[in-house]
Parts: sequence; C-alpha cells; structure tokens
Amino acid sequence: MKAPAFAYAKPKSLAEAFALLRTPGAKVLAGGQSLIPSLNMRLSAPDLLVDITGLPGLAEIVPGRGTVRVGALVTHARIERNSDVRKHIPMLAEAATHIAHAAIRNRGTLGGSLALADPAAEYPACAVALEAIFTIQNSRGERTVNAAAFFKGLFETDLKAGEILTCVEFPAGGKSVFLELTRRHGDYAIIGLAAHGSRFVFFGAGPTPVLVKGNSLAEAKAALARVEPPADLYHSSKTKRHLAGVLLERAWNTLSKPR
Amino acid sequence: MEHAVETTLTVNGTKVTRRIEPRQHLVDFLREELGLTGSHVGCEHGVCGACTVRVDGEIVRGCLMLAVQADGCKVETIEGLSDSQELSLLQKAFHEKNALQCGFCTPGMLMAAQDLVLSKRKVSREEIRMHISGNYCRCTGYQAIVDAIEEVIHGQG
Repeated sequence: MKAPAFAYAKPKSLAEAFALLRTPGAKVLAGGQSLIPSLNMRLSAPDLLVDITGLPGLAEIVPGRGTVRVGALVTHARIERNSDVRKHIPMLAEAATHIAHAAIRNRGTLGGSLALADPAAEYPACAVALEAIFTIQNSRGERTVNAAAFFKGLFETDLKAGEILTCVEFPAGGKSVFLELTRRHGDYAIIGLAAHGSRFVFFGAGPTPVLVKGNSLAEAKAALARVEPPADLYHSSKTKRHLAGVLLERAWNTLSKPR
Repeated sequence: MEHAVETTLTVNGTKVTRRIEPRQHLVDFLREELGLTGSHVGCEHGVCGACTVRVDGEIVRGCLMLAVQADGCKVETIEGLSDSQELSLLQKAFHEKNALQCGFCTPGMLMAAQDLVLSKRKVSREEIRMHISGNYCRCTGYQAIVDAIEEVIHGQG
C-alpha cells in the first residue's frame, strides 16, 4: 500500500498557498495523519499536496478575554499538554488524549481533524458543544463560521475549494465533560459525548456531531431517544443509543455536582 | 522522477541530501535509500507502530509522514539510538524479560517505550499499556513488554 504519485509544494505564505491551491487536483496537507493513510490506501489521489505546515502564525495558542484562540496547525500533543488549553478549555485537552496514539498525536493537527470532519472524531463534537468560531481564509480575505454551521454532512464542511481553516476560537470556562467509549485505547469511538452546560454533543452518532439540548436529564434523554446512530460492525444502532444514554447520565451527574 | 524534491535531513547525526519523490514515505526512504532497515513496515496506514521513528525529538509514524516533509528535520532511528546506547537499559530489560519473540514490533516498541522513559514519570502499568497502545505485538501478549518497560522506568534514578 503505497501512495500514488503526486507533486508536493510547501508554501511560505498564505498568498503562495492560495495560488498553489488553484492548481487542479490540489489538496491541503497539514499533519497528514488522516490524509496519508487515505493516500496509502488509494482512497484519495490528489495531483498536488500543498503542505501548509510551514505557514507562519497558524500554530499559536493565544488566550484572550474569555476566549482561547487555537491555530489550525496546533498538534493534538500540544493541545493535551498546553497549560492555557488545560485551564480554559479542559474539554479539548481531555479530548486530545483519546485521539489515536502518542506518535500520531505528535503530528495530527486541530485544523486537520476539523476540516476532515470524521463523524467519529473528537474535536468536531467539542467545537459544537463549546460553540467555537472557525476562521477561514481565502485569497480574498477571511470569514468566520460557527461550529454548528461548519459541519454540513458526512466528511462535508463549509470549506470551499481554495480555502484554509486557519484558527478556531473557543469560549473559555464553563463546566464541561468529555466521555468516550472505545474497545481499546486510541480506537475510533463507538460513541462519545462532549457536554458543556446544557449542550450535549454526541459523536459517532450520525454524519455530523449530534446536538441534544436539555435543561433537565429527562428532557435530554427524551431528545436522545429521537437520535438514530448508524450501526457499525460490532454495535447496532440500538446499542449505540443505549450507550449514548449511559454517557449522558454520567455527564449529567458530573455537571450537576456542586464544584 | 517527475515530482522529485530536493530534501536535506539529518539521519542519526549524518546530513543527507537527496532528490525524493513526494509519494515516498519516510520509513521507505530510510529503508530503501539509506539501508536503515531496523524500522519496519507493517500495516502502512498508521495502526501497527512498527515504523515508529523520532523526528525532531518526537516519535512519529514513519508510514504517515512523507520523506519530503522531513526536510530540515533531525531523524533518529533504532540504529542511531542503539549505537548511541540510549536504548541499552530497555534492550537489556527486553532481553531479560523475554519481551519479544519474532522481533518485528521490537524496534517500534523500543522507540515508543523510550519516549515514555524520557518523560521521567513514574507511570503505572496501565499508563505504560496506554502509551504502547499504538504498537502491535502479535507474539508476546504484551505482559512481558510491560514488565520490561516497567523495570526500566522504576529502576531509573
């Protein structure tokens, strides 16, 4: 399983990157921890990979007033360890520990995971639960989009051709819980939950993160009963919904405990 | 060599400059171009960990990184770490505890284990298992591997 042939370029500025992305068949390469396996398995055959890891300013973690801005190129390993992330967006730091394995977390990036929008991935659910705001740049300028509007379908996002997700702004603070069920550590989630306030966002539960709201446990449970998670090789939809309910109760109990 | 890109990297302390096809993985480059066959190619999609090498001090999957991406980087392989004796305690413990049979996973396992040893944390067996969860061994059942890593971690000063 070797990747097909493609050209490679590593731009030094966003302007250069946007110019390269106009090449037909061009694709953005960040940490490559999902893209390279898909090349190896010949599920993807780009003509040109535009490696954005040399772009300046996209790998910063900047705490601000009530928010933390995390650059798209920040790796999972840094999210796991960074003191600002751990203090202000603990959900994200906790989520990072569940992503694959140490060697992969050293290279995989926040932006790469969000832009891929794998339905079983951790960050998209966190971003929706926390109501994060995504900054997207293109050759004409930049725009922002809310997390919930960014994820449009299975592996489908609001990113248009030639655009790059550059930064994500997370609101700081608030009580949150992150829970994930897997068969072994580092596996894809059977089902997972990112909970913040009265927002319960499940992953592995649909084509995009599934938001369930509830001001009481009964209300959240009733909303969850209407969710139909897709079955996987080992778990039926019914089993996954049951497990989602277990996570919901665990999260509820943690969130409702006085600090 | 239609798309080849000139790439310079330092491998086990030696500077190497080559024209590399972008599709070539770092581990294939190390094995096929430099003859460093200690890093193994197993699953080729990031699951088994046999290709684990160190890039700029951090362990990575050699099959999930293109060799051209290592331009300007410092790459260390099992050969380099063995020669420098950085791994000697782990290697001795693996030997004594019978922590390998066929040995295919061992180079990657040692790279991952050394990453944990370098963290200087007195971790539990559970944490050791978590740290090597990305390295598959199909022979030993892991018990002896965890024993070996635990001995080094708790034996170091």
